[in-house]
Amino acid sequence: MAGGTFKKYESDGTMSGALLEWFDKRFPLTSMWRGHLSEYYAPKNFNFWYFFGSLALLVLVIQVVTGIFLVMHYKPDAAVNAAGVPVAFASVEYIMRDVPGGWFIRYMHSTGASAFFIVVYLHMFRGLIYGSYRKPRELTWLFGVGIFLVLMGEAFFGYLLPWGQMSYWGAQVIVNLFSAIPIIGNDLSLFIRGDFVVGDATLNRFFSFHVIAFPLILLGLVAAHILALHETGSNNPDGIDIKENKDENGIPLDGIPFHPYYTVKDIVGVVAFLFIFFAVLFFAPEGGGYFLETPNFYPADPLKTPPHIAPVWYFTPFYSILRAMVWNFFGLDAKFWGVVAMGASVLVFAFLPWLDNAPVRSIRYRGPLTKTLLTLFVICFFVLGYLGTLSPTPMGELISQICMVYYFAFFFGMPWWTRMDTYKQVPDRVTMH
Amino acid sequence: MSNQPKKIDCGRRRLILATAAVGGAGAIGALVPFVSSLLPSERAKAAGAPVEVDISKLGVGQMMTVEWRGKPVWIIHRSPAMLETLPKLKDAVADPDSSTESQQPAYAQNATRSIKPEYMVVIGICTHLGCSPSQKFKAGSEEGMAGDWLGGFLCPCHGSTFDFAGRVFKAKPAPTNLEVPPHYYISDTRILIGEEKKGA
Amino acid sequence: MQNKLFNKVKRFYLFSLMLVAVAILFSFAAPMQTASASGGDVHLDKWEGSVSDLDAVRNGAKTFNKYCLNCHGASFLRYKNLVDLGFTEDQVKAEFVPEGRKIGDLMSIAADPAEQKVWFGATPPDLTVIVRARGEAGAPGAGADWLYTYLRSFYRDANRPTGWNNVIFENVGMPNPLWELQGQFALNPETHKLEKIVEGTMTQAQYDKTISDLVSFMVWMAEPQQDFRRQLGFFVLGFLIIFFGVAYALKKNYWKDVH
Repeated sequence: MAGGTFKKYESDGTMSGALLEWFDKRFPLTSMWRGHLSEYYAPKNFNFWYFFGSLALLVLVIQVVTGIFLVMHYKPDAAVNAAGVPVAFASVEYIMRDVPGGWFIRYMHSTGASAFFIVVYLHMFRGLIYGSYRKPRELTWLFGVGIFLVLMGEAFFGYLLPWGQMSYWGAQVIVNLFSAIPIIGNDLSLFIRGDFVVGDATLNRFFSFHVIAFPLILLGLVAAHILALHETGSNNPDGIDIKENKDENGIPLDGIPFHPYYTVKDIVGVVAFLFIFFAVLFFAPEGGGYFLETPNFYPADPLKTPPHIAPVWYFTPFYSILRAMVWNFFGLDAKFWGVVAMGASVLVFAFLPWLDNAPVRSIRYRGPLTKTLLTLFVICFFVLGYLGTLSPTPMGELISQICMVYYFAFFFGMPWWTRMDTYKQVPDRVTMH
Repeated sequence: MSNQPKKIDCGRRRLILATAAVGGAGAIGALVPFVSSLLPSERAKAAGAPVEVDISKLGVGQMMTVEWRGKPVWIIHRSPAMLETLPKLKDAVADPDSSTESQQPAYAQNATRSIKPEYMVVIGICTHLGCSPSQKFKAGSEEGMAGDWLGGFLCPCHGSTFDFAGRVFKAKPAPTNLEVPPHYYISDTRILIGEEKKGA
Repeated sequence: MQNKLFNKVKRFYLFSLMLVAVAILFSFAAPMQTASASGGDVHLDKWEGSVSDLDAVRNGAKTFNKYCLNCHGASFLRYKNLVDLGFTEDQVKAEFVPEGRKIGDLMSIAADPAEQKVWFGATPPDLTVIVRARGEAGAPGAGADWLYTYLRSFYRDANRPTGWNNVIFENVGMPNPLWELQGQFALNPETHKLEKIVEGTMTQAQYDKTISDLVSFMVWMAEPQQDFRRQLGFFVLGFLIIFFGVAYALKKNYWKDVH
């Protein structure tokens, strides 16, 4: 639907019309507008879950804009200043106090980081329940998994920058994960740090990755994600291909132009989202200790580990899986398999399009088996996430092991259990609720 | 689609305007912290605080430079000979009476551009493009100036010349006289640069 | 039609239920973290001051300046910030700014961190954001309770180099700088209670108030704009409610064509 099939703009004789015609001859302006907005036909039955794609885009913009302004004042320097505080840590407090409006920009960025993951997790869950990853949208899904991976990297690099205790020890632990890889592991983690401990060299390269490399990759992937989506057209809560029922002009009968219908609808979603976002920002910017972790108000101290280290909440489900892996296999120790399990738990999402053998896309027409297994999966995900915020206990370890086994069984058993379930007849046309 | 004649929906038009107005107001509000973050921070303001200068050891005909807001401020202890050059240059300088009000406080808008005639306090930044002029205190061609030079300053960047009151000569790139910063005498030998006398 | 409405209500109900479940899960997480972080059953007295009570905050600022700022810095705060508490600039200059410093300077200290390490065994931490850091004793608000308890829990201990120890911070390097006000306590090894052995210049109630005010100042210092932040928050949320109404009306208007 997107692409150069639209007629070029012809001037209506006015000055601005002539300018637009000149422009449109040299740039696909009106065809992009029409292909992606005013004549991009989206299913008319989008529900609540379909807000999170545009919200993710909004949070991306918030992070980029606030980030640009923060970089003007932040200093990636691990050296200690005259008052005995690392320069990087002091520069964050400088932004919070001395820069006019700085506290607002910084809180937007720190709240935005958590908001990004909340929105992206809900967006992924939408894909999961309505089968958005299935043919022909596999590539859209793969770009999405790529975005999720890059986002995790971006968040990890960014978390080191305030140079607090959690920043420091979090980076220390995660970088040391790489040392679990046989033979090259120790050299690899040394290579990542650029020093024998997390230090100034690490801070500077993480800063570079956080503000330049990863945002560039992220923007490219986001563009690819949207282009791929607009090539195939959007899925919907019924999982029906709206392109199969078209009117005489070739317009899907169940489709409506994205603009203005979904732009005005998304404005409502954006305002509702901003209400929650700003409620957190203005009244609980620390997010109950989950968005800004309290130990991170101590400057980094390489000689003293805080009594309890946990990654930020959005990493904890995967971190739990890392910790749950305590068995040695094939002569390799558990530390290595923990890293493998953690990596697999993220990457397994990429295989979803080829694991799901159900005859329907949407949860609406799937049977009780799928609904039960999916509910259990979500519960497991929450439990893993919760346990990841706690100190390890024998009980917690056992529960997280059970959840981990279920987590992988859910995915790897999918080719079979999707065949076993009973399915309802999918209607020809979408349903409005 | 856009070419089809459409019935105008007044309610919709009003709602579009209302949404655009409220959204626009919100966007402008959101701009405030971002734009204000570009203003000088508290640290910059602290560094720009008034500077107290002791001038008791500044000999006649000598000049000292102090830093205020990161800029050089010159204090010149003018000799009677230096002061005598000022009226002679009345026709040679662009603004002999300091009529450009932005370039000095009212208390320095006089023949010597100073509170006390012997002490000149001026920001040593050329009003052309911001270079700091160099001293050319000796009259005549001894320091590479023209033969009728009476002493003053030469900007090394684009050749603007200034007299001992910081007045720019005619037909030079600098548009105005050098700026006199707000200042006052705390005592006979101490000047506070960067602040007006309170209640004055 | 009725069925449609029923579906909507059902969906809304289920979603609210989900939100409540998540909220409950997270509220369980916070206290569990407390237990694991501080090793169990440390009882904290509740700080009942308020950062909006500027009389208390000003009083705390004076105590902080007199007793804390000799060894600890507050190196993200400027003397000038104290004007926001209702002090005049001249008061700040006279009572707070040391000789040779300017009112715009940061409230850092002259002591060398390396030398301090030799004297106390550890460098006294910068205190500007200590309230937020000490929130690790529980939810973010718990930092104030921790400080309020800590500053009232010193006791005499001959086994420590400084002669002091603390009930909730074992083997702390810091002596009690306020002992002249509070008096001196000893720890009864049997009851594990503190018992006063030397009287101070203040009664217990006066001392508690002094510490409460000091904590008020430290809460303020950790984020001087926090009151303004909350005020602005009400304004912004109010604006968004209006925006929501307008945007929702616009959406309804467009969507009346979609069936």
